[in-house]
Amino acid sequence: MKFDKPAEANPIDRMQVVGRAHPRIEGPLKTTGTAPYAYEHHDVVTNPAYGAIVGSAIGKGRIASMTLAEAERAPGVLAVVTAENAGKLGKGKFNTAKLLGGPDIDHYHQAIAVVVAETFEQATAAAALIRVEYAPADGRFDLEEALKTAPLAKDPNSPEKDAPPESRTGDFEQAFAQAPVKLDELYTTPDQSHSMMEPHASIAAWNGDKLTVWTSNQMIDWGRTDLATTLGVPKENVRFVSPYIGGGFGCKLFLRSDAVMAALGAKAAGRPVRVALPRPFIPNNTTHRPATRQRIRIGAGADGRIIAIAHESGSGDLPDGQPETATNQTRLLYAGPNRLTSMRLAVMDLPEGNAMRAPGEAPGMMALEIAMDELAERLSLDPVELRVRNDTQVDPEKPDRPFSRRNLVRCLREGAERFGWTRRSATPGAVRDGHWLVGMGTAAAFRNNLLVPSGARVKLGRDGLVIVETDMTDIGTGSYTIIAQTAAEMMGVDIGRVVVRLGDSAFPVSSGSGGQFGANCSTSGVYAACVKLREAVALRLGINSAEATFSDGQVMSGNRSAKLADAVGEGELVAEDKMEWGGLDKSYQQSTFGAHFVEAAVDSFTGEVRIRRMLAVCAAGRILNPTTARSQVIGAMTMGAGAALMEELAVDKRRGFFVNHDLAGYEVPVHADIPHQEVIFLEEADDKVSPMKAKGVAELGICGVAAAVANAVYNATGVRVRNYPITLDKHLNRLPGVS
Amino acid sequence: MKEFTYERAASTQEAAAKAKETPGAKFIAGGTNLLDLMKLEIETPRHLIDVNGLGLDKIENTQDGGLRIGALVRNTALAADMRVRKDYGVLSRALLAGASGQLRNKATTAGNLLQRTRCPYFYDINQPCNKRSPGSGCAAIEGFSRQLGVIGTSESCIATNPSDMAVAMRALDAEVETVDDRGRTRKIPIAEFHRLPGDTPHIETTLASGELITAVTLPRPIGGTHVYRKVRDRASYAFALVSVAAVLQRDGTGRVAVGGVAHRPWRVEDAEADLPKGAKAFSARLLADAKPTNDNAFKIPLVERTVAAALNDARQQ
Ligand SMILES: Cc1cc2nc3c(=O)[nH]c(=O)nc-3n(C[C@H](O)[C@H](O)[C@H](O)COP(=O)(O)OP(=O)(O)OC[C@H]3O[C@@H](n4cnc5c(N)ncnc54)[C@H](O)[C@@H]3O)c2cc1C
Ligand code: SF4
Repeated sequence: MKFDKPAEANPIDRMQVVGRAHPRIEGPLKTTGTAPYAYEHHDVVTNPAYGAIVGSAIGKGRIASMTLAEAERAPGVLAVVTAENAGKLGKGKFNTAKLLGGPDIDHYHQAIAVVVAETFEQATAAAALIRVEYAPADGRFDLEEALKTAPLAKDPNSPEKDAPPESRTGDFEQAFAQAPVKLDELYTTPDQSHSMMEPHASIAAWNGDKLTVWTSNQMIDWGRTDLATTLGVPKENVRFVSPYIGGGFGCKLFLRSDAVMAALGAKAAGRPVRVALPRPFIPNNTTHRPATRQRIRIGAGADGRIIAIAHESGSGDLPDGQPETATNQTRLLYAGPNRLTSMRLAVMDLPEGNAMRAPGEAPGMMALEIAMDELAERLSLDPVELRVRNDTQVDPEKPDRPFSRRNLVRCLREGAERFGWTRRSATPGAVRDGHWLVGMGTAAAFRNNLLVPSGARVKLGRDGLVIVETDMTDIGTGSYTIIAQTAAEMMGVDIGRVVVRLGDSAFPVSSGSGGQFGANCSTSGVYAACVKLREAVALRLGINSAEATFSDGQVMSGNRSAKLADAVGEGELVAEDKMEWGGLDKSYQQSTFGAHFVEAAVDSFTGEVRIRRMLAVCAAGRILNPTTARSQVIGAMTMGAGAALMEELAVDKRRGFFVNHDLAGYEVPVHADIPHQEVIFLEEADDKVSPMKAKGVAELGICGVAAAVANAVYNATGVRVRNYPITLDKHLNRLPGVS
Repeated sequence: MKEFTYERAASTQEAAAKAKETPGAKFIAGGTNLLDLMKLEIETPRHLIDVNGLGLDKIENTQDGGLRIGALVRNTALAADMRVRKDYGVLSRALLAGASGQLRNKATTAGNLLQRTRCPYFYDINQPCNKRSPGSGCAAIEGFSRQLGVIGTSESCIATNPSDMAVAMRALDAEVETVDDRGRTRKIPIAEFHRLPGDTPHIETTLASGELITAVTLPRPIGGTHVYRKVRDRASYAFALVSVAAVLQRDGTGRVAVGGVAHRPWRVEDAEADLPKGAKAFSARLLADAKPTNDNAFKIPLVERTVAAALNDARQQ
């Protein structure tokens, strides 16, 4: 099915099942520990061996020599695989650095060997016996330094092949020079780690030249294809199975070393092999959100209308890497005739930077939405009002391109009302509660809506059971549930009569989970397959499918009615289709919107920041399931609070690695950091985006949160911090004296 | 993890004797620190002597009106003990500010005193670290040192002792009771228990080889208002950037020990004379010889401000 004109009325609009709060259908499996995660498939292979990965001890250079003898002789060891004995390997399309390094080392903790042994303990003990001599080389580990000579970089996602690396509208420089009120500030965001709960893990088993990998991966088809490329085998010979995933946040979008090393280890040992990445290995071995340095200039009239806006962002990555697209939202969020956005990409030798929850917008909004707060203060305008005044219903770079739906203003207004925004003191540092300095902050939320083709297969059994199969993944988001709701709505059956099977490359290729596109795209794929199944059913029953109503296990048309299951003859009735996207995202800008409100308190003695309340109001099309959507948003708000206050991978600029590479050193919020969160979804249906009329919320929820926290902290203290995270050392000396 | 053997000791003296005579032996109590370090091969004991079954898990009154805390008393039990809550509140609060409920259920009094530093380079066996691997150098001094020590440091090591409990015990003038391989017991004042790094940062205490901690004793209560103020980047489940254990009297005198700044809980008795003058005067003397790095220079004003917070808390109680 191709979606190339706005959706008309369709069976989803009934919203008998879709749009209703439904608990996660796989919830009981998760809470009883019976949903097997990657490392826990205990029944799929017999006699597995265990692999332990050795990571590079240097950030850049070469392996001068590697002595395996002691490890090979250690008890229980079956095989040791290195780049030297692994045979020729390719590199996956989505990998920047090789997943098995050597002799050249591209980054710290790059995998250089896997030791396979009878037990996990023997494998890890033997891995420690490998002796490696390195010839270290100088690396580029300092972003600020590296950016001094970094060239402009194109947006890697831009559909326009020859688009200039800078995007310009009007004459920014001249307009800015003449603007009555100006802001020109530098903001920095640090490298961040996804820190999902389940580590990367895989079990690999060869059967002749066929390979099956039970793994934890958000994008089945990408991972499978890249593993085939890496191993140099036909894609058809590789099967990826990933039914349950303990979080990913983008860290599991791509093939990683666990799967490659399990496959190589299994081949070498002639046995199935399990590999999990130990926690202290993950920040440097896998991907992270890259640090940014962002200069923002905004010029406004005395009335608060933006005349000129420029956002220039710099980030770094390994050779052939990508920029963090932190200027995305600035091209679209606020009106203003004169605009400039650009990115610079420095070549660096730190581990690979890549997508983490809302890549681009998350760090971009962290900077832009502080800048807006600063601008509001310079204009003596309320920060909500400033944003309202600069709303636009069209793409500011291409005014003939409207937004498909944009309800930012309502989010801001309704949020302000619900939060009690009028109680905020416009003068910072003015509200005290005992020894706490208290403040409120707001920020807009913005994240683009992305469209990815998505396929599904739907089967109707003689028992009336509807089975959905798609390689879509559920990374803790609720995919199982919203897919079941979609199929139940389309086929007119109770949700309990729907079985959903996900995360297997034997199923049709889906959108996968990423970029908050999973909910809308994967359910649209299921919708397409269900439309086909409805046609097949109607044909069997001799009913005109266009007029048929599917409800309560019955198919009705006019005064005719038949049992759905009666359409099934021998075996089952099967339909498969794929949702493909026409050009509606060219003619309409498709984005999601929201507003965040935060109350924070700062200890006037120690400078510690503690959040008191958070509210998010979201306008993101139809909400498919308010329960799972709310979970996504509160999770995202929590992650945003972490970004604001504590999350930072500390770079050792001499040795070239992230030092705090475990969950003791890399702090993420705990329960005590998140006292009260509220989420409101505006009622919406966006007919330009899909037949589901839904967009995503999982990434919208993080965009802007950190800035709202930062603005609340500023409102509390009167001390502006522009370098995340806002740890107490950054404002301590500027807080009021205590002795 | 390296292979190791394991036994349960039958008596305290036997445990000490076994520990002394068996090469590479270590005691194991709650295991919450030791096992983590073994998994990363930062500690590689060849033999573990389990001291859980030796009856060292009691809290008793001493003859001079103090308290004797068995070495194996769990942090949860110690924090909840009514005598501790009533007379040694600073200790109870320090314990509850540490780790998490689950960990405190396992963690013991002796194990807590002997927990090792949280210097991130100590935890990464690829990095030079004089404490983990004597003579290899110190990666932290010119590296990422935000969490590390500002005073009593050396050219060899700037690590901190991460214990909250020990800071309160330092303010309370606790003593550590031990037994050695020949059954001889002694009491080590807490002030002399942890060493400064000097050029042997791998030697962290004044315990002799094989010496087993049997108890920690607290002298009779000194009254006053008890405050434990722990400053950290998140609200819970994080090690202190700086912590202050204070017992303050109505006349403005008192005792203050500081955590998160040195290789041992930091207390300068002479400086306490300045407490009545306020946090600034006191802290200036307490940290007179501080040598912070660029990364952790903020701890100097932070100590002063946290002491001020503690004084303020005490005034309000
Ligand atoms: C995630 C995490 C967070 C934490 N957060 C904090 C925190 O915020 N604040 C804090 O203070 N602590 C914190 N801790 C540390 C915790 O307090 C210690 O791990 C615990 O107190 C150690 O006690 P244990 O009984 O488990 O010691 P073990 O791990 O069993 O032993 C530790 C050491 O003591 C030795 N030992 C044990 N008993 C004796 C004895 N009787 N005589 C001689 N030697 C002995 C052992 O040989 C070993 O070297 C945290 C720990 C973890 C894992
Ligand atoms: S500060 Fe001490 S513990 Fe840390 S790296 Fe240096 S020697 Fe090791």
